[in-house]
Amino acid sequence: MTLNAAITGVGMSDIGRKTNRPAMIHLAEAARRALECAGLTRDDIDGISTYPGKADNSPGMSPLGTGEVRNALGLKTRWHSAVPDGPSQMAPIQVAAMAVATGQARHVLCFRALTESSSQTATQRASIPGAGRARLGGWYSYLVPANAMSASNWAGWMAQRYFHEYGMTREHLGLVATGQRAFAQHNPSAVMRTPLTMDDYLGARMISSPLGLFDCDVPIDGACVVIVSAADAAKDCARAPLTIEAMGAALGSQETWDQRADLTTMGAHDSAADMWKRTDLKPADVDVLGLYDGFSIFVPFWLEAMGFCGHGEAKDFIAEGNIGPGGRFPVNTGGGQLSGGRLHGFGLLHEVCTQLWGQADGRQVEGAKIGACGMGGGFIAGSMLLRRD
Amino acid sequence: MRPLPELTPENTAFWTGGAEGKLMIAFCGDCAHAIHPSQLICPKCWSDKVESRAVPGTGTVYTYTVNHQPWMPDMPVPFALAVVDIDGAPGVRVTAEVVNADPESIAIGQKMKVSFFNIDDIWFPQWEPAQ
Ligand SMILES: [Zn+2]
Repeated sequence: MTLNAAITGVGMSDIGRKTNRPAMIHLAEAARRALECAGLTRDDIDGISTYPGKADNSPGMSPLGTGEVRNALGLKTRWHSAVPDGPSQMAPIQVAAMAVATGQARHVLCFRALTESSSQTATQRASIPGAGRARLGGWYSYLVPANAMSASNWAGWMAQRYFHEYGMTREHLGLVATGQRAFAQHNPSAVMRTPLTMDDYLGARMISSPLGLFDCDVPIDGACVVIVSAADAAKDCARAPLTIEAMGAALGSQETWDQRADLTTMGAHDSAADMWKRTDLKPADVDVLGLYDGFSIFVPFWLEAMGFCGHGEAKDFIAEGNIGPGGRFPVNTGGGQLSGGRLHGFGLLHEVCTQLWGQADGRQVEGAKIGACGMGGGFIAGSMLLRRD
Repeated sequence: MRPLPELTPENTAFWTGGAEGKLMIAFCGDCAHAIHPSQLICPKCWSDKVESRAVPGTGTVYTYTVNHQPWMPDMPVPFALAVVDIDGAPGVRVTAEVVNADPESIAIGQKMKVSFFNIDDIWFPQWEPAQ
């Protein structure tokens, strides 16, 4: 059930902390690199797509909308979209795939830009929804005023319940964090590349139990661009098209972080199950994985959601060395967001594509042809399978 | 200072019930479904006969976390946040701060009772161990 859509290019700006570079400079750099990767020019781009669109409810979370980027890059488009309420940070990729598959555009520039590192101050923390507003509405109005302000709290109580039911320990999550750091040492664009030992991990300060400092991803400044092309147009590009084999966007529970009946699962489980219904491929066919790691605990959740192991089995799956360097199902081989920086899923997809093109120097998964990507934590999720023929 | 929720027709009973010491949860007048966060219609049967009523104000810790990071300059840490399954409202959980207890003493399965504290027109539920 392959879609008539493929990823043809990816590009990432120089990622950093406190870069004090404007978001548009990051975005333009990422766009230039993505076009070079795809062998396309600016004038080939006829669609643009982003998540969530320009937003001011969390500092530096989304400084650019499609309009500003169209203006700055001089784009003339046949189709554009910004998706705040979609299948997670993957929404712009999924809607772009549908746009090219239905002939609305041929080459869509999908982007994500963040300046959360530069925007952070003592009174303006990154990723505190509604920060600076007098009164809050929506789902987080039940959490933030209760002092449950940070996603680390919400992920923390999911992890606590999971630990309780399935016997996971901090050491299991430490294997996720240290394993991804080991990958990051081979990725020059990762922001955290110094070796991380289990002692370092366990000794770091607690953020929201059982999650400590190294269970949390790193706010950064940067941008990432993914180009989604129609299948016929993809043939003209510089690289082998990465065909979108299947995607999933199902969501079965309420839009909030505390009401899902079983908080040892999340939206990922709904979206991944739906993705597998649309393909004959199986988890065993997958060579490389990009799984959302805003917090380390999301990695075991995604592993189970995608069916790489059974429910409650992720701790053993991780302990057996499946997901780290040299593992059968390597996850977040660029270091993920824990070591590479929070590009809201785009960085993970960038890495999966880099692997499928055989360009992941020093960390390349030999012969990688099938990639799985899952973005989002809590109630939001999007899943995608990519195939290089 | 802690951000406050905007009062709306659907959430006013929940955020102000504490003025009378009551934990108010919305229920469907037709199918009895407990609805939280509250809605103007019942998500189960689409009835518009949604009414809030007081529940006992007790519950069981489904999960929790101890927050150590001051997310705002004046935030005292550490404190525990408990996600509590509410007695008398099947399927409903309320997330709130834990008070009058060592944050590290909270455990899954622990019985809790509600209390409230007031800022402006909002009465925040808080949890403390029932015994
Ligand atoms: Zn009803």
